[in-house]
Amino acid sequence: MRAGLPRDGQRLHLLRRGVVAAEPGRCVQCGICAHSCPTGIDIRRYSRAGRPVHDRRCILCGACVARCPRGTLRLELPESLESRR
Amino acid sequence: MSARHVIVGSGIAGLSAAEAIRERDASGAVTIVSREPHPFYSRPGLAYLLSGDLPERRLSIRTPAELRALHLERVHGDATCIDVERHALHLADGRQLAYDRLLLATGASSIAPTFEGAGLDGVVRLDGLDDARRILAHARRGHTAVVIGGGSTALELVDGLHARGLATHYLMRGDRYWARVLDEVESELVERRLERAGVVLHRRTEVRAAVGSAGRLEAVETLRGERIACDLLAVAVGVQPMLELARAAGLHTARGVLTDEFLQTSAPDVFAAGDVAQALDPATGESALDTLWASAQAMGRTAGRNMAGAREPHRKRPPLNVTRIAGITTTIVGSVGGADDPDLLTLTRGQSERWTTSTAEWTLRQSSTDDRIRVLVGPSSIVGAVVMGDQSLSRPLARLIAEQVDVSALRPALEAHPGAGIAMLTEFVHARERGAHAHPA
Repeated sequence: MRAGLPRDGQRLHLLRRGVVAAEPGRCVQCGICAHSCPTGIDIRRYSRAGRPVHDRRCILCGACVARCPRGTLRLELPESLESRR
Repeated sequence: MSARHVIVGSGIAGLSAAEAIRERDASGAVTIVSREPHPFYSRPGLAYLLSGDLPERRLSIRTPAELRALHLERVHGDATCIDVERHALHLADGRQLAYDRLLLATGASSIAPTFEGAGLDGVVRLDGLDDARRILAHARRGHTAVVIGGGSTALELVDGLHARGLATHYLMRGDRYWARVLDEVESELVERRLERAGVVLHRRTEVRAAVGSAGRLEAVETLRGERIACDLLAVAVGVQPMLELARAAGLHTARGVLTDEFLQTSAPDVFAAGDVAQALDPATGESALDTLWASAQAMGRTAGRNMAGAREPHRKRPPLNVTRIAGITTTIVGSVGGADDPDLLTLTRGQSERWTTSTAEWTLRQSSTDDRIRVLVGPSSIVGAVVMGDQSLSRPLARLIAEQVDVSALRPALEAHPGAGIAMLTEFVHARERGAHAHPA
């Protein structure tokens, strides 16, 4: 579970306000993220476009983050996304 | 009259070019010619199809609605000749396609083995979806597999066949895995994982012959005189750009199709992108090959825009790939050096020639049982890194490399305490990120 999941102190905060964010330069569009999503979100489309997964169905379970074989996805806070712009 | 764009090849470079053309040109004709009849799919995803992590239907990288919006014409066929004078592409079945602009995105294909018995049923390579299907069909009725070669493709085959329940042997000509890119500690980390999982490693050996009966593989014989009974022999000794079309048309080629920084070849109105292209980098004056997916995608986009009338240079970024080898997530970025690797005749898929040239003055290393970081530092900036296992430093390091951030202020402390190098670098990265938080750009 080390692949991009946060440490305990941040976890509660992340679960309340976090979002799955993608780094498109690492993505090879294999589709494991979409395949592992329990609510059926096509995460690959977000990842391809480098957009955070803003979808009401996202329950922040972290399955896509943990299963991406290329470390493309991370749980992030909206403000840390802003600062990378 | 609207423009006629013809693209040869349906990999990510060809598809990205088609999308970029359509963004600039709503009415021109865009035709993609390919040998493969399949819908556009993720080639790197084939590794996860083999391992069972992904069903085949998930490999499609565009939805039917996205494809309809592109208004492409797909032509299934074998392009045999470009008439550069008349601007026409000839296919093996006699068809001719007239073009105003042509893109060569024919990719790279794996090198065929030359040992005795290489033509037996059961001797396989992994280039496309049909190969992956064939390998899976063999795996379903087989018990034992032998893999030879190197780089990430060899281990994708090892991982996949092992995951499918086959007793898997991996034969290396050299002393260690992927010496071209990894150092000894990194190779050992991978090999230890493989052995712990039950893969049988054979070092300093190679296949002398594949033997079988009725055209079907039954065993391999090694130069050391061993005989390993097997149903499958997977070969991954490197890939080569598919240059036949370009050479027959008289285009300038070296290891790949030579292009300028705008991805134009030596023939008028003919462009090249992806694994087949050897593009000039005006920043260095060099033309390096790579087989990286992100690079093929970026080249495809730039070539597409330029075919549709733009004039944008292709800017090479530091070569980066993330791959899972023996279950270890591994990021390789920038130039990391390397040794001779008898298991690879050329590049493997997902590799860059630029990785193996190094301008590093010194190297910082940190290892534990499951993780490894190696950072190559040049005169004033970080030039390359290999990050295995824990990936928390891989993104910041990739950014430091891409932005050529000056780290020379760290140098006295690093020289005084070389063992603490990675810890100091981590603190440097965190301080930079706190700075970015405090002052959003």
